[in-house]
Amino acid sequence: MSARATRRKAVNLVAGVVAGAAALLSLLALGSILWTLVARGLPALHWSVLTTSMAPTGENGGLANAIVGSLIQVALGMAVAVPIGIMAGTYLSEYARGSKLGDVIRFVSDILLSAPSILVGLFVYVLLVATTNTYSGFAGGIALAVIAIPMIVRTTEDMLSLVPVALREAAAALGAPKWKVVTLIAWRAAGSGISTGILLALARVAGETAPLLFTSLGNLNWSTSLGKPMASLPLTIYQYAGSPYDDLVQLAWTGALLVTLGVLAINIIAQLALSRKR
Amino acid sequence: MAADSPQVASLGDVVGRHDTMDGSKPFITTRNLDFYYGENQALKSINLDFPERRVTALIGPSGCGKSTLLRVINRMYSLYPGQRATGEVMMGGVNLIDPKVDPTELRSRIGMVFQKPTPFPMSIYENIAFGLRLHEKLSKGAMDERVEWSLRKAAIWEETKDRLNTSALGMSGGQQQRLCIARTIAVRPQVLLFDEPTSALDPISTAKVEELIAELRTEFTILIVTHSMQQAARCSDQTAFMYLGQVVEAGATAQIFTNPREQKTREYVTGRFG
Amino acid sequence: MTDLPAHTLSSFDEDLDRLRALVVRMGRLCEAQIIAAADALARHDAAAARIIVDGDAAIDALEAETEAFAIQTIALRAPMAGDLREIVAALKISGILERIGDYAKNIAKRTTVLAKDAPMEPMVLVPEMARMVAQMVGGAIDAFIARDAERAAAIAERDQVIDDFYTSLFRSLLTFMMENPQRITPSAHLLFIAKSLERVGDHATNIAELVSYSATGERMGERTKRDDTAMVTSPQG
Repeated sequence: MSARATRRKAVNLVAGVVAGAAALLSLLALGSILWTLVARGLPALHWSVLTTSMAPTGENGGLANAIVGSLIQVALGMAVAVPIGIMAGTYLSEYARGSKLGDVIRFVSDILLSAPSILVGLFVYVLLVATTNTYSGFAGGIALAVIAIPMIVRTTEDMLSLVPVALREAAAALGAPKWKVVTLIAWRAAGSGISTGILLALARVAGETAPLLFTSLGNLNWSTSLGKPMASLPLTIYQYAGSPYDDLVQLAWTGALLVTLGVLAINIIAQLALSRKR
Repeated sequence: MAADSPQVASLGDVVGRHDTMDGSKPFITTRNLDFYYGENQALKSINLDFPERRVTALIGPSGCGKSTLLRVINRMYSLYPGQRATGEVMMGGVNLIDPKVDPTELRSRIGMVFQKPTPFPMSIYENIAFGLRLHEKLSKGAMDERVEWSLRKAAIWEETKDRLNTSALGMSGGQQQRLCIARTIAVRPQVLLFDEPTSALDPISTAKVEELIAELRTEFTILIVTHSMQQAARCSDQTAFMYLGQVVEAGATAQIFTNPREQKTREYVTGRFG
Repeated sequence: MTDLPAHTLSSFDEDLDRLRALVVRMGRLCEAQIIAAADALARHDAAAARIIVDGDAAIDALEAETEAFAIQTIALRAPMAGDLREIVAALKISGILERIGDYAKNIAKRTTVLAKDAPMEPMVLVPEMARMVAQMVGGAIDAFIARDAERAAAIAERDQVIDDFYTSLFRSLLTFMMENPQRITPSAHLLFIAKSLERVGDHATNIAELVSYSATGERMGERTKRDDTAMVTSPQG
């Protein structure tokens, strides 16, 4: 074997080992996070955590109001974000291809996608909290929607642009007007991709804390009123984790475990939906 | 052959001269048809007659404008901004490229089958019902009948009758293409445009599609764009050879493939091109 | 046809060249066989005639090869237009040349019989007729090589001269037979030889017509056949 070939083999080996080590390291990080969460959160995970509301230290409080609050705000956020996101993505893909306006909207949407979520919180604070003089679950939901919309816009546009032109032309060639081509053919063909995007956006907003700080504020008591401050899991974790009381810190770990499991479940569902399409 | 012979050829004229048309009338007639992609002129003064219930093949090298001509006839080009046609495409006394003609209604009379099979992501039954629902209100029973009729016409009923509600995406390429043909004829058009319908198919599926075209010929006026000269020779009654956006020569298929009159046509059909 | 560029697929051109070369070789062989047969007849050379009889096998073999190769080319190349016409013409011409070869062989066979007899006076016309017929065959092959319809038409014109030759030979043989009844057998052989040469002329005309069709795609204008002997009655009518 020539010296060159030997050297090449050695370089190849080194590169492989370095890349493998990096992959292992990131996996280790993820693994240790999950392990820590399970080790610290699981022991305190009882039914009472899911059924009782938050309470001061020493009173065996749970996370029921935070869980319900999170569900309400995420649901509200997605209810607002999904139709707006899909329509906007459809507009970009089907109607504004190559137009100046479309380019501007796409650019703005992409900036919004990468904007720090604390900014979104501040924006909604100015828009809804400062004007109504109250923190509210509604404002929290809207803040989550503002975060989800650009994600849904992006995936909708991407998924629609993957639908072959031939498919649209085939529908048009049968005499279908444009709106029918879009709604009956393009959306259908891109359906699983768009649903995946929605699920990923859902997973993202379910774990958001920052936009809720200035909008729904948090609430120690059971409240399902959208007009009043509302508790949520990420906020509760944020508040309890820094508390000096061991039982509240324990509850924060349990909450973190719950959020992580929820997000993980959504991600897995999304991946399954996507792989079924391929 | 004289190099300055007329660039404009009319199948009708050729037919008159050579008596190959057994008296069928032109169904679609183009006169001085020009077409532009933006600033690019893709078709130059096309004057062709497409006879009723006959198969006309359009052949020529890539980019000669043969597919473009199909897309002008069913106004497919109007889906895209910047594409425009001038001149006449007459069918039933109406100029099809007149903006007053509704393209969606027009496309119910002029169906098109594409290069690659394009089944919609839905069941076999729904693939056919999709086009029908666009133009007609049919009862469930009438819809079932029409689906069966079109699948039978496309010679794919036997293969699909037990799986009408399964996804069309699970069919083979050849079956998908015949489903697309069934879907197109379900709306009962008068004209069928085939844009290289077998270029993505294996030889056996190709033969089935060609046989189908031969059968459909008795009811529809057919235009087929093909890169395969053998296919044009097998399937068509008339052949038009296009080059650089113009019709170089048009005539009875047998004449074009045994005794073409134009130098360019000779070079092309004998494989001496470029 | 002549101004067409080469095929994009150059091996197609090679196949066509090979097919054409086969036909040309057959043609040249036939031409030589006719000349040699007439020469053997003139010289009463039975041995030379036998060589000609044996030589026909080469033409038959070439015909088989040409036919197989033409069919193969059609199957593998799917020729169109001028190419298709040329291949079909080559196929048919090879069949015609095989028939011409048979006539040369037949002349040679009769020569082996005639060689035993004394020369007959009308025989002097035969070598000249054979030379003209051979020229026709050669000219038709030349037109095939050049893909020249005009040259082919000129060759077809010459058949009239052959027919006239035959008519006069026919008449003089009839007269000769009446005057020399004891020599009817060799005279009949000579008559068949003349008829064979006349048929070769017709075949050469057919080759010219095929060349013309191959080159132009049109059939040559119908020629009126002027073999008058069918109408000839006894000279002492």
